[in-house]
Amino acid sequence: MLSRGVHSLMADRHLEPVTADLRARWGAFAWTKENAAQAKVVIARYPAGRQRSAVMPLLDLAQRQVGAETDTQGWLPIPVMEFIARELDMPVIRVVEVASFYMMYNLVPVGKFHVQVCGTTPCMLRGSDDIMAACKARGMEIGHVSGDGLWTLNEVECMGNCASAPMVQINDDNFEDLTADRLGAVLDALAAGKAPKAGTQEPGRHTVEPLGGPTTLKQMVKANHDYRGDW
Amino acid sequence: MPKVTVDGIELEVPAGATVLQACELAGKEIPRFCYHERLSIAGNCRMCLVEVAPGPPKPQASCALPAAEGQIIKTDSPMVKQAREGVMEFLLINHPLDCPICDQGGECDLQDQSVAYGRGTSRTHEHKRAVTEKYMGPLIKTAMTRCIHCTRCVRFSEEIAGVDEIGALYRGEAMQITTYLERAASHEMSANVIDLCPVGALTSRPYAFEARPWELKKTLSIDVSDACGANIRLDARGREVLRILPRINDDVNEEWISDKARFQVDGLTRRRLDKPWLRKNGKLVAATWDEAFAAIAKVKPGKSIAAVAGDMVDCETMFAAKALLGALGSDLLEGRQTGLDYDCSNLAAVSFNSTFSGIETADAVLIVGSHIRWEAPLVMPRLRKAVKRGAKLFVVGPEWETTVPTMFLGADLSVLDKLPKDVSDALSSAERPAVILGGAGLAKGALGAVVALSAKFKLVRDDWNGFNVLHMAASRMGGLMLGYAQQGGVADLIAAKPKLLLSLGADEVDYAKFADSIIVYVGHHGDKGAHAADVILPAAAFTEKAGTYVNTEGRVQFADKATFAPGDAREDWTILRALADALGVSVGFDSFDALRSAMIKAVPALGVEGLANYGALPKAGKSKASGTIEGYPIKDFYLTNPIARASETMQRCSAELLHGESFAEAAE
Repeated sequence: MLSRGVHSLMADRHLEPVTADLRARWGAFAWTKENAAQAKVVIARYPAGRQRSAVMPLLDLAQRQVGAETDTQGWLPIPVMEFIARELDMPVIRVVEVASFYMMYNLVPVGKFHVQVCGTTPCMLRGSDDIMAACKARGMEIGHVSGDGLWTLNEVECMGNCASAPMVQINDDNFEDLTADRLGAVLDALAAGKAPKAGTQEPGRHTVEPLGGPTTLKQMVKANHDYRGDW
Repeated sequence: MPKVTVDGIELEVPAGATVLQACELAGKEIPRFCYHERLSIAGNCRMCLVEVAPGPPKPQASCALPAAEGQIIKTDSPMVKQAREGVMEFLLINHPLDCPICDQGGECDLQDQSVAYGRGTSRTHEHKRAVTEKYMGPLIKTAMTRCIHCTRCVRFSEEIAGVDEIGALYRGEAMQITTYLERAASHEMSANVIDLCPVGALTSRPYAFEARPWELKKTLSIDVSDACGANIRLDARGREVLRILPRINDDVNEEWISDKARFQVDGLTRRRLDKPWLRKNGKLVAATWDEAFAAIAKVKPGKSIAAVAGDMVDCETMFAAKALLGALGSDLLEGRQTGLDYDCSNLAAVSFNSTFSGIETADAVLIVGSHIRWEAPLVMPRLRKAVKRGAKLFVVGPEWETTVPTMFLGADLSVLDKLPKDVSDALSSAERPAVILGGAGLAKGALGAVVALSAKFKLVRDDWNGFNVLHMAASRMGGLMLGYAQQGGVADLIAAKPKLLLSLGADEVDYAKFADSIIVYVGHHGDKGAHAADVILPAAAFTEKAGTYVNTEGRVQFADKATFAPGDAREDWTILRALADALGVSVGFDSFDALRSAMIKAVPALGVEGLANYGALPKAGKSKASGTIEGYPIKDFYLTNPIARASETMQRCSAELLHGESFAEAAE
C-alpha cells in the first residue's frame, strides 16, 4: 500500500484478497443469456485474433452483471477477471492490469450507489468541499460501504462538468450545480427508490447554458454573426 | 540508409535504426533505463533524451525515434544536459537513498547514471513513495520501493519467456510491478529479470547480501548444466564462487542463462568430495591418495578396464582417461550413461546443424521427442522468435507448454512415416524447414527415421541445414568427438565385464550392472556415482579447472579456472596422470598444456574455438520409427546434475515451483 500522508486516490486502490470464500462465491461466474449475446457482439467489433481488444467493454459488462447479482453498482472479483481472461484467451495479469488502471472498474465491493464527488479545481472553487462534507455528514466514508449497503463514497478527478460545478457522479448519472441541500434531495430520492432527474439541479437551467442569458457572443443567439470586423 | 549527423559526425545508419542506435554507432553514450536491445521499445523512462533537428524544439526520446535522412542530432547540447538532469531528478524523487544496503550497489545503472548525468542535489522535500514487497519466488528478491517502472521485467516475461507472469498494476505514481497474485515466477529463465533490472528492485535472493561486485574475481567460463554451452562469468571471492552471470554471445545464449545455470552455484560448496575414500568391508572409509592409488594398482586390470564419462566433464579429462585406457590397451569408452546407443559414426547426424542463431530463421520446425524448455532452455527463445516471424511448430511426443502456437502430433513415433498433410505441406513448402530430435526420440531409436525425413524434405540445402539433434549433456559432443561411444552403448561395457570401471563423474549409470567390477569414481560430488564406488578420487568441479567444452551445435568453447578444488581434491587430469603411474603405464603428458596439445593433435577441431565441421549428413537408410514416447528424460528440471542436487536453492525451486510446496510465508 502506498502512503503519502494526504488522501491519494489511485494509491488507495487495491485488489480484494483472494480467499476461499471469494472463490466459492464467484468461481462459477458466467454470462447471463443476455450478456453472453452482448459479449459476442462486442468481440465481433474487433478483427479475428485481436479479441483481447474487447477486454474493456467486457470488464464493464461483467461489473454490471456482478452489480445486478448483488444489487450494487458492481465490482470485479479476481475470479471474474479470470473468467474474462478465459473468454478472451489472454493472460490474467493483462486483464488485471487494465482493471486496476481505470478508476471506473471497482476492485472492491461497493454499495448500491457509488457517490463519486469531483474535487478538481473548478468544482473545489464552486464548493465541492461542502458537497463532500454533506456526504460525510450522512455517514458515508471514503472507500467504504455504508452500514445499510446503500452508499460508497469516493473522491474523483475532473468529470468534465466544470460549467455546472460542483458535481457528483452516482452510478451512471451526473448530478450538477449542487449545493448541500440539492445533493440531500437527490440522495433522499435515491434512497427512497425514486429516480431523481439527472444533470443540472439548478431550477430553470436546462443543461450548461449560461444562467440569465448569454453574456458573450450575444449577436450570435439569433443568427450567425461575423465578429471578425470588430477586432 | 539514412545519413545523419551526430554531434558533428556524419554517418550512414542502417534503415530502420533509431536515433539512439545512430548515436551509439557514432560512438556516443546515451543513458537509458527502459531501452534494451533484446526487448521491445517502451520509451517510458525518458532518460535517452537528445536534441534532434528538424523536429519540435524540445528534447526527443531517442530510443523511440526513427533515424531519418538529414537529421542533426545533438547529444551534448545544454538542452540535452538539462533534460537529462531533469529526468534524473524526477526518477530520484521516489527512489530511496538506500544504496548502502542495496545489493545492486556498485553495478546499478541508476547509481552510475545519476553520477554521470544527475545534478547531484534534489529540490524535493516531500515524502517518498513506499511500495509493499512483492513475492516473486525463491530466486527473485524484490524491493519494489526502488522500482523506477522501466517495465523491462514485464517485457522480458511477455516477449522472451512468453509466459506473461509479471505485470504492472495500477497507474502513474501508484504503479506497481508484480506477479499475478504474487505467485512465484516459475519460468525456467525467470531470473534473467535480475540482470535486466536497472536498479535494485529485483535482485538475486540466494545471493542477497553476500558480496559487493568490486570484491569479486571474474572468470570467463562455460555453463555445464545443459548442452547449450551458455557463456557465463564466474564471480568468486577467495575460494568460493558466489554467483554466476551470463556473458553476451549472440551465437549461443544471447545474454540469457537458465535459472539452473545461474543458481546451482551454491551446490559447489555442499556434499563435496574433499578426500579419497576406499570401500572396506562394504563401507566407505577416508583414505590418503597413496592408499587409494595402491588399492587401484592391486586390481591389476590390464586391458580389462572401461571408462564412462559423466555429463559435465570437460574434453581434457575425457582425453586423459582415453589416453590412460589406450596405454592399457582398452578402448571401452562411453559417455551416454543411460544406455542410449544411437549411431555415432557420423557426427553431423547427431549435432545441432542449424545452429541456435540459425534456427531463428527457420519457417517450419518439427520437434521429435524433446521438451525444449527443460532440455535446452536457451533454444526456446530462439524458437519463439522463429514462430513470431511466422514459422510453424510441430511436436511429436507428450504435450508440454511451448508458449507459442503449436500443433502436437501425438506421442506415437510411427507418425513420422505418415505425417499429416498439413505438416508435410508445411515442411515441403518451407524455405528453411528444420527438425529437432531430442533425447526421448533418440532413446526410441528415431535417429534413422529422422535422417530419412531430412532427405525426404531436403532439410539440407545449399545455404541451410535443418537437421538437428538436441543433446542434454555438456560433455556429449566433446565425448563423441573423442570416441566416447560404443556401438551398443553402455551395454557393451557391461558385456565386457571390465575388472576396473573408471567413472568420470558419471552419476546416472546403473552401477548395479557392474557388480563384478571395481568402480573408481573420479568426481566432485557425493552423489549416486560415489555411493556405488569402491574407490573415490576427489576431483574438481567445472569452476575449478580449465577445460574445453563442445555444445550441441558442435561449438568448441574454452572455460577458465575460477577457484581451487576443496581439501585434497585435485584437477581431474592430474588424478588420471598419477593413476597412470600407479598402473605402470605412460600417457605421454606431464602438464595441462602438453595434455591439451596431445588432445588437439588427436582431434584438431578441439583446438579451434567455434563450430566444428562434421561434414555432410549420412545417406538415409531404410529406417522406420516405431514406439510411443511415454515421457521426457528430464523429470525435474532443477535437479538434473550432482551440483544442482547439492544446491539448496535448486532443491527449493524443485519443491516450490514443481511440486507445489508453499514457502510464501517465509518471505520477508
